[in-house]
Amino acid sequence: MVVRFTGSTAMRLALVATATVSLAACTSKPKPTYPTEAPPAAGPSQPPPSAPGPVTGQATAPIPGSAQDFIVNVGDRVYFDTDRHDVRADAGPILDAQAGWLRTYGSVRVRIEGNADERGTREYNLALGARRANAIRDYLVNRGVSSDRISTISFGKEQPIDTGTGEEAWQKNRNGRTSIVSGAR
Amino acid sequence: MIRTLPRFRMLMMGLLAGAALALTAAPASAQIEINVNRADVQPLPVAIPAFGGQQGAEIADVISANLQRSGLFRPLDPASFIERDLSANVQPRFPDWRTINAQALVNGQVTVEGGRLRVDFRLWDVFRGEQLLGLQFTSSPENWRRVAHKISDAVYERLTGEKGYFDTRVVFVAESGARGQVTKRLAIMDQDGANPSYITSGDTLVMTPRFSPTSQEITYMSLRPDSATVYLFNLESGRRESLGSFQGMAFAPRFSPDGGRVAFSVERGGNSDIFVMNLSSRSSSRLTSDPGIDTSASFSPDGARIAFNSDRSGSPQIYVMGADGSGQRRVSSGGGSYTTPVWSPTGEFIAFTKQTGGQFHIGVMRPDGTDERLLTTSYMDEGPTWAPNGRVLMFSRETPGGPPRLWTVDVTGRILQPVPYPGAGSDPAWSPLLN
Repeated sequence: MVVRFTGSTAMRLALVATATVSLAACTSKPKPTYPTEAPPAAGPSQPPPSAPGPVTGQATAPIPGSAQDFIVNVGDRVYFDTDRHDVRADAGPILDAQAGWLRTYGSVRVRIEGNADERGTREYNLALGARRANAIRDYLVNRGVSSDRISTISFGKEQPIDTGTGEEAWQKNRNGRTSIVSGAR
Repeated sequence: MIRTLPRFRMLMMGLLAGAALALTAAPASAQIEINVNRADVQPLPVAIPAFGGQQGAEIADVISANLQRSGLFRPLDPASFIERDLSANVQPRFPDWRTINAQALVNGQVTVEGGRLRVDFRLWDVFRGEQLLGLQFTSSPENWRRVAHKISDAVYERLTGEKGYFDTRVVFVAESGARGQVTKRLAIMDQDGANPSYITSGDTLVMTPRFSPTSQEITYMSLRPDSATVYLFNLESGRRESLGSFQGMAFAPRFSPDGGRVAFSVERGGNSDIFVMNLSSRSSSRLTSDPGIDTSASFSPDGARIAFNSDRSGSPQIYVMGADGSGQRRVSSGGGSYTTPVWSPTGEFIAFTKQTGGQFHIGVMRPDGTDERLLTTSYMDEGPTWAPNGRVLMFSRETPGGPPRLWTVDVTGRILQPVPYPGAGSDPAWSPLLN
C-alpha cells in the first residue's frame, strides 16, 4: 500500500539540542589485564646432586564424611538426556549412594546445581537446568533425605564442565551436581 | 533551528512483508527516495564529503558507515568527487555530482562556539538540483558522534519515509576469558559499537539486560550460586534495586512498553511460570500456571498481549496470551523448537530463535504464527532484539568453540553483518531512539 502525504516529515525531526549521555558517572572502564610472568630464577650454580634417599608413598583415603569422600566414593554428578530432566537408569545408583551418604552424615547440607549444554537458548536452558536440579532433589527426598537440607539452583548453559564441542562434550554438560554447602568433615 | 525546509512530497512505504528496498523507478518529476520494501534492490548512491570544520571528516565517516550498514545506501568513494571544498552555504555544482552518479549529497559544516558544537548540514537531490533537508544540531563537543547519528537518522527518514535507528544504544553482556571461565559484564555501547562502557565488574554472572522505554533504566538477571535475582538498574543515578525476593529463581525480565510493569519468570520446584509486577505498587501476579516451562515473556507494543516461550506441548514453542494471562494460544507450528520470542516495535512481527536440524536460526513470524521466515542460519544464533524502527535485528552468533559475537540482520534477511564492537558479546537489547 502506498500512502501519499504532503508536508515535511523533517518538521518532526525537531531541533535536537541533544541530551547528553551521562553514563560516565555510573560506569567504569574495563581494566586491562596483562599476563604476568615469573622472572627466571637466578641463583648460584647447584652442587652436583647426591644420590637421593628413598621416598615411599601411599594413597590415603579421603576422610569419611568429607566433601572429598562424597565426590570420590559416592559421585557428585549425574547426567541427563537432551532436553530431558527425568533421572536416567545409570544415575539411579549414584543418587541412591548420595542419599545413603547424606543419611549417614545428617548435618551436611547440599545445593543441587542443574546444568544444560550449549545447544539451547539462555533463558530456556536456565529453566531446563532448574528442572534437572529439582528432579535430583525429589529423588533424594524420596530416599529419605530431608528437603530442608537441600537447595537448588540452575546455571543453565553458563558453567560447562567440558568446553569442547560435539555430543561428547554436550553430554557431560547436561548434568546435575550435588554440591556440599556445609556440615562436611 | 531549521534553516530551510522545502515543502515536498514523499511516498510512504506500505508495510509489506518480505521485501527489500529499491529506488523507485523515477519518472522525471519524482523525488529520489528509497522503497524499503521492494525486492529489486539497488542501494542509493550517496556522496558524503567531509564536513567543514573541526571533526568534520569524522562526522562524515560516521554518517557514511551508518548509511552503508543499513544496506539501503551506497556511499561513494570520496576520491571520485569532482567538486572539492564544498561549502555548506552555497549550492553544490550539481553537474559535478551527477557525473559520478551520486543521487543524493550530504554536506555540512562544523562550528565550535563558546564550548558548543554546532553542525549545519544539508541533504540534496542531485538530479533535481534541490535541497531536501537543512538542519542544524548543537551539542557539547564530546557528543559529536551522537550528532552524526542524528544526521544519519534525518537522512534515512527523509529518503525512506521511515524513522531511523542510528541514535540508539545497545545494552549487552560483554564476555571475556576462556570458555568455561567466562567473565560477564553488563555493557552499553552505541548501536555502531562505539563508546562501550561497562556497568558491572564481572564478579557476578549477569545476563539478559533489557532497556526500559525511556532508555534510562535496564532490567537484568544476576546469577549467584545461591540465588537468581532480577534487578532494576537506573543508568542516570546508578541506583540498583532488586525486583523482589521470590521463592525460587527469578529470571527472563522484560519491561512493558509503558515502563510500568516488568514481566519475568519465577521457578519453583523445577517449574517456571510467568509473572508480571506493577512497578509502582510492587504487586505481582502470576500469568501462567501449567507444568511446562514458561519463560521469555515479551509485550506487544500496545502492552495488551504477551508473547512467551513454553514447552507445555512437549517441545519449546511460541505462545501468545493477553497481558492478564488470558487466552493462551500456541502460534508457532513449524518443525524444530522455538525460543526467545520478541515482539517487533511496529507490532507486525514476532522475532524468535529456532533450532532445527542441528542449526540455529533467527526468524520472524506474524503474531498469529503465519508468514514464518528464517533470516539466518548458523551453528549458534540466539536472542534477537529489534532496532526501534523494526527494520533490523541484532543477535549473538557463536562458531563452534568460539566466543559469541554480536551481529545484525535486516528484516528481509538480505543484509547480515557483524556489529563493529571488537569484543565478545551476547544478550543484546536495543534501546528506543534517544531524545
